[in-house]
This record gives sequence, C-alpha cells and structure tokens, in this order.
Amino acid sequence: MTFLARFSRNRGALIGLVILVVIVAAAVAAPLLYPVSPWRMVSRPFLAPLVNDRYPFGTDALGRDVASGLMHGARVSLLIGLVSTAVALAIGVPLGAVAGYVGGLADEAAMRFTELFQTIPSFALAIVIVAILQPSISSIVLAIALVTWPPVARLVRGEVLSLRRRDYVDAAVTLGQRTPRIIMAEILPNTVAPIIVMASLMVASAILLESSLSFLGLGDPNLMTWGYMVGAGRTRLIDAWWISFFPGLAIVLAVLALNLVGEGLSDALNPRLAGDRSR
Amino acid sequence: MSRFVRIGIVGGLTLMLAGAAAAQTTAPQGGGTPKKGGALQLVVTPEPPGLMLGLTQNGPTQMIASNIYESLLRYDVKLNPMPSLAKSWEISPDQTVYTFKLQDGVTWHDGKPFGADDVVFSLDVFLREVHPRWRQIANNQVKSIEKLDDLTVRITTKQPFGPFMLSQEAASAPIIPKHIYAGTDYRANPANNTPIGTGPMKFAEWRKGSFVKLVRNEAYWDKGRPLLDEMYFQFIPDAASRAVAYETGKVDVLTGGSVEVFDVARLAKLPNTCVTNGGWEMFAPHAWITPNVKNGILGNKQFRQAMMYAIDRDFGRDVIWSGYGKVPTGPISSKTKFYSDQGVTKYTYDPAKAKELVKASGYKGETIRFLSLPYGETWQRWAEAIKQNFDDVGIKMEIVSTDVPGWTQKVSNFDFDLTFNFLYQYGDPAIGVARSYVTSNIVKGNPFGNVGQYSNPEVDKLFAEAAVAPTEKRQDLYTKVQQITADDLPLLWLLEMDFPTVSRCNVKDLVTTSIGVNDSAKNVWKQ
Repeated sequence: MTFLARFSRNRGALIGLVILVVIVAAAVAAPLLYPVSPWRMVSRPFLAPLVNDRYPFGTDALGRDVASGLMHGARVSLLIGLVSTAVALAIGVPLGAVAGYVGGLADEAAMRFTELFQTIPSFALAIVIVAILQPSISSIVLAIALVTWPPVARLVRGEVLSLRRRDYVDAAVTLGQRTPRIIMAEILPNTVAPIIVMASLMVASAILLESSLSFLGLGDPNLMTWGYMVGAGRTRLIDAWWISFFPGLAIVLAVLALNLVGEGLSDALNPRLAGDRSR
Repeated sequence: MSRFVRIGIVGGLTLMLAGAAAAQTTAPQGGGTPKKGGALQLVVTPEPPGLMLGLTQNGPTQMIASNIYESLLRYDVKLNPMPSLAKSWEISPDQTVYTFKLQDGVTWHDGKPFGADDVVFSLDVFLREVHPRWRQIANNQVKSIEKLDDLTVRITTKQPFGPFMLSQEAASAPIIPKHIYAGTDYRANPANNTPIGTGPMKFAEWRKGSFVKLVRNEAYWDKGRPLLDEMYFQFIPDAASRAVAYETGKVDVLTGGSVEVFDVARLAKLPNTCVTNGGWEMFAPHAWITPNVKNGILGNKQFRQAMMYAIDRDFGRDVIWSGYGKVPTGPISSKTKFYSDQGVTKYTYDPAKAKELVKASGYKGETIRFLSLPYGETWQRWAEAIKQNFDDVGIKMEIVSTDVPGWTQKVSNFDFDLTFNFLYQYGDPAIGVARSYVTSNIVKGNPFGNVGQYSNPEVDKLFAEAAVAPTEKRQDLYTKVQQITADDLPLLWLLEMDFPTVSRCNVKDLVTTSIGVNDSAKNVWKQ
C-alpha cells in the first residue's frame, strides 16, 4: 500500500488535512483579501457578526475587523508553530543523536540536562523566558522551542540506541567512516518517520502555547494573533462574545487538524500500528 | 527631588496599580434626614501595605485610614478649606502667618486628650521626617511651627507660598498622637498595626487578604457623627470578581478604578445604582504620553505637534475610556487651580495637518518605540489605537510591552521613546504639575519626575515665580506657562481622567469633598 493510500484510510486524518489546507490558504490569502492592517480601526466598535456585510465576523472593542484578524492571525500562528518546531528539532535531534550514539558519560550528561528541562512545568518556564526577554516574536519562538525540545531529544536518543547496533552501522564503522558521517548518513535518515509525526504534534502544541502566552498578554504586542484576540475580548464576553469566540474556534480547529494529520502520518509511516488501531 | 519622586510614586501607585478610589455625587445626594446605624461595605484595591497614614499614603491606605486619622483641614469640591481638626484659621495679610484654632474636646482613640502639642509634633517632627510631600514644604517653605496655647498653633512661612492652604489634606498632613510616637522608632512602633487617631471610626480588625473592619468612635468630637456603626473594606483581587461582588450585593461601594471602566457602564444600569465622577477634584489625574525629547526626532517640536494632531483623543475618551474623562488643553487639569485655556494652541484630530508637520520635521521613517503602561488592558488598547493613528500619518511606532517593575525601571532611567503616564495634581500646579516640566526634576530613579527631560529656562522661571507669588499674581504666570507648553508640547496630554465611583443609591453623602471616598466617611449614612 502506498503512503497516500495508508494516510487516506484514516478518515480523521483526511478531515484534518482539509482543515489545515483551509487555514494555510487563509494565511496565504490574508494580505490579498485584507491588504489593510488587522489593527486598523475600520468601523464602529462592537459590530455583531453578519450585521454588516463587510464585516461578517463583526468588529472588536476598537472597531477592528475580526475576519481580518483571523486571517492575519493564521499567518502568525502557523509561522510561530513551524519556526519554533524547527528550532526545537535543531536542538533536540543533534543532542539526542549524539547521546544515543556516543553513550557513556556524554549520554548521561545529555539526559540529565534534558531531565532538568522536563522537570520544570513547560508553560511556567515559557512564561518566565518571555517575561525576562520582553515579549516579541523571537523571544516567543525561543521560549516555545526551549520548552518543547526535550521529548525530541529523548525520542531520537531511543531510536538511535536501537539503530546503532544494526549490522549496516557496524559495516560502516568497519569501513572506517567517521562518526559524524555515520550519524548523519546512516542513522538519522531512519529516524525521520517518528520525528515527522512528533513534529506535526509539536506544531499544534506550539500554536497552543503561543495562544496561551498571547492570551496572558505576553504575545508580541505588534502582531495580531488568535491568542491575543481571545485575551483582548475575554473581558467583554458577556456583551460581545464574537470577539473571543471566532479566534478561539480557529485555535481549536488548527490544533485539532494538526493532531489528526499527525495521527494519519503515524499510520501512514507505521503500517503495523495502523492495522492495530483500525481493529 | 525625592519630594517629587514620592509625590509621583504615591500618585502613580494610587492610581494605577490599584485604581484608586472615587466618589459619589458631590452636591445632591442629601435627600432626607441622615439616619444613624448600619454597616457600609466597600471594595478597596489593592490591599494596602499598612494603615498608618503618616507612614503610608497610597490610595487604599488613605481610603481606609482617613476614617481613623484626621488632618487640620478638609476641602470642598472647589478646593476651599473646611474645618476638620482646625475649627478656624487666620491668615496674615502678607500670606506668611497661618494661625489655626483647634477643636476642643477631641480625644485620641485610646482616651488621651488631643491638643496643640500633637499638631506641632506631627507637622514639625514626625511628618517632616517621614512624609515625602510634607517634608518638602516643611523644609523649604516653613519658617516655624509653634504652639501658642493648648488649642492654637501658628505656622509661619518664609515667603508667601500659594499652595500652603491646600497642604493640610488627610493624607498630606495627618495628625498623629505624640504620646505614642514621640521618641520611638516610627516605622517599628507596634502601634502601627493598631492605628490610633482622632477620626470618626476606630480600627477593629484586619483579616489579611480579606477585609479591614472599622467601628464607630463613640467619643468623636463632632457630636452626632459618624452615622455608620461599622465599615468593611473588602479586598478582592480580580476586577471581574469585584464587579460580581457588587452585582450579588456583597458590597455597597466600588471605589473608583476598582472595576474596568467599561464595566461601570454595565453596572450603572443595575437598579438602585448611582455613579458619580466627583471626589477627584483634588487629585485631578492627568494622563499623557511622555516623549523622550533627548531621543532623535522626538526633540523636534514640529514632530511632537504632528503626533498631537495625529492622535484621535476623542476616540480615546469615547471608545477606550467609555466616555469618561475630558480631553485636556494643557498641563494643568481643568479641575486644578489656575487652569486656563486662554491663548493656548488647540489640537484637534487632524491627520492631514499631522502629515504636513511630519514632513516638515524631517522625519525619515525611523521606528519609534512605545513603552506600554502595564496597568491593564485599557491602556494596552489605547496604545494600539495610537499606533494606528500614527500609522495613518506615516509615523512608524512599535509597542514594547513590559511589567510594572520593568516599566518603572525603564522610565526611571529614561530608557524609552514614548510612554504613557498619569499623575495626580493635588489641587495646585506648584505641587502636582511643575514636577513634570522643570529642569531641576530631570533626575534618574523616579518614573514620576521629568523623565522626558524637557528643559526650557522660561518655563522653569515661570513655575518658580508662580509658586511663591502672592495669590492674585499667580494666574498670569500659570496662564503663560500653559501657553508656552501647549506650543512646545513637552508632554502629549491625552485625558483628564475620571474614576467613577459606583454605589447603591441608598448610600447617602458618600462623596461630599474634593477627595471623595479618600476622605472620612463621617457624614455617610444608609437609608
């Protein structure tokens, strides 16, 4: 069975993929459909949804277009999700690979270091990092990456530990290949499948983390994000529910979609497990 | 400097952190014969660090402790002095000798008699040592404080000092008991935990994190007062919960700033609910943007004028502050003495004109950092709106967010381009206004000094002369200051803030003076 066929056998994954495509399309189309900044006060404050055709999702407390905020927010959420995941992988993969391959003292040190991060509640750590560095897109990406890399390191280490005893690795050693080359060329390519699955889930949790930070007022004050919109509208929930509701829905859908896709990927990349699940 | 600093800190903290107190209607509210009895429940935010008003003067402390301690004078809504511990007073024709006759039959809460010795000790010894605002006046303006007899005190100033008669408000110069504090370590005195004053209410209990309870002083000198049996000052940490506490009937009074301003409009619609903007005449909180004039283009007057034309201040008042407040014309609030808009440059919202001025100023598109004020979402929204206003006229602004210590540190060290601030004016420009503009107050370490570093010798001179000029000459000098600064724009004044007080309509005479619920509640009664 091909990869695609295995992926599409999981109906949830297909639904997730559709949602994800819509969100990506919104992010790409945002500057075309809403060339004006989402911060611009375009109309009367507290315009309810569907009251005015031009503002199908209504306006917020300052008269900013909620629809524009949703589309531009998609860009920021996806960007932060992808970049912070990439940074987390850049920390976790090499560390896990070296720890797993070299073993011994290096492994011990790397794992204790990883545990140090894992023992601190990740959201609390993220808040502290952002608060110290001042909220900005780079400090948020850094904070998310710093709290999400430890599971990557452990996963990669585990994979590498099981791979390094394989015959082809021994063969490479016998041929006199240098260690870095063995790790890069022989071992890591075989750990890609679980990393991809994990990465898709990490993007989801990164979006959630960013939203939580923005909700608490620790977002980049110059970027329109979903979390910011929920946080800013929260105190007006009684009289203007739509300000918080729509971005909240967007967060739910994005995270759900990424989780479904992640599961689909897992099935597609790991056919035996998928078979178990479908039972 | 520390004088200004402290004034600022007191002002700033009061307002901001907690959102201080506010009050009910000023004049009416009488409606019926005062009735004795009952308990009054108020919300005060945040919980104060202490109740010894001589040592701590932030808003929450004052709201509670002005019922325990009294000063020589109180002030009506026009800032005219009214008797309190002083029964009457005389001022010499050259405005340098003030003779106060004290009330007779006054006792401290522990039963000891009150007299001129207590007043002299408080003003000449205790407050001179510990009170940042009074110390400045006592050291720079006062020549002597003497007891003439047991019920007469004479204060002589070195020169006419216009604001002197405004300096005897409850938190500015509280009278404290000599027999308890003389010769002790004031801050370590155990009596600080069980404050003893002459006021209408006595301290009963402080359950930390929950409430302070005061009970009626049966031996109060003003016969027939107070009318209430008990007062409870409730501490509720979250603004939304405070609003709910009012809605559910747990509290009768939401002091100004204790709920978000947009919640006031909602609560005002509840039955038996009265809202007043009164009781802030003495403090007259004035909000503005401070441009750091030492930072590049911000030193350019045309650019500052461009920013002022670019900001839609009416939008700020109507949308951000839910219609509360007034757009100012200059440095002095219209509630403060010597306000004048005669001959001042007026700035209406005019993006076209702002664009011209931006061009004329030579602005090259550099990004200007706006340090937002971490006092809640209303300020955050305001910064966002102003950013859009600036965007419209081609000024690039970036919002930098921070927390309270971060804001204090950055502003104290002049590490910002633009920031919000708001300060109390204390009735007289010499006390609460000059500090933000004069060169001598450009000192690091205090976020409420002249942190924008504006310096104009002419303005310095006018403020200095006006402080010690005879009353009738002061208006001209302050009018001139207002004309010069309105053109120069050392600060971009945004709003004369209102802190509406929400209360049940059957709570009568809640706000009758210029400091509203910051004053003693001796005349308050429940119908």
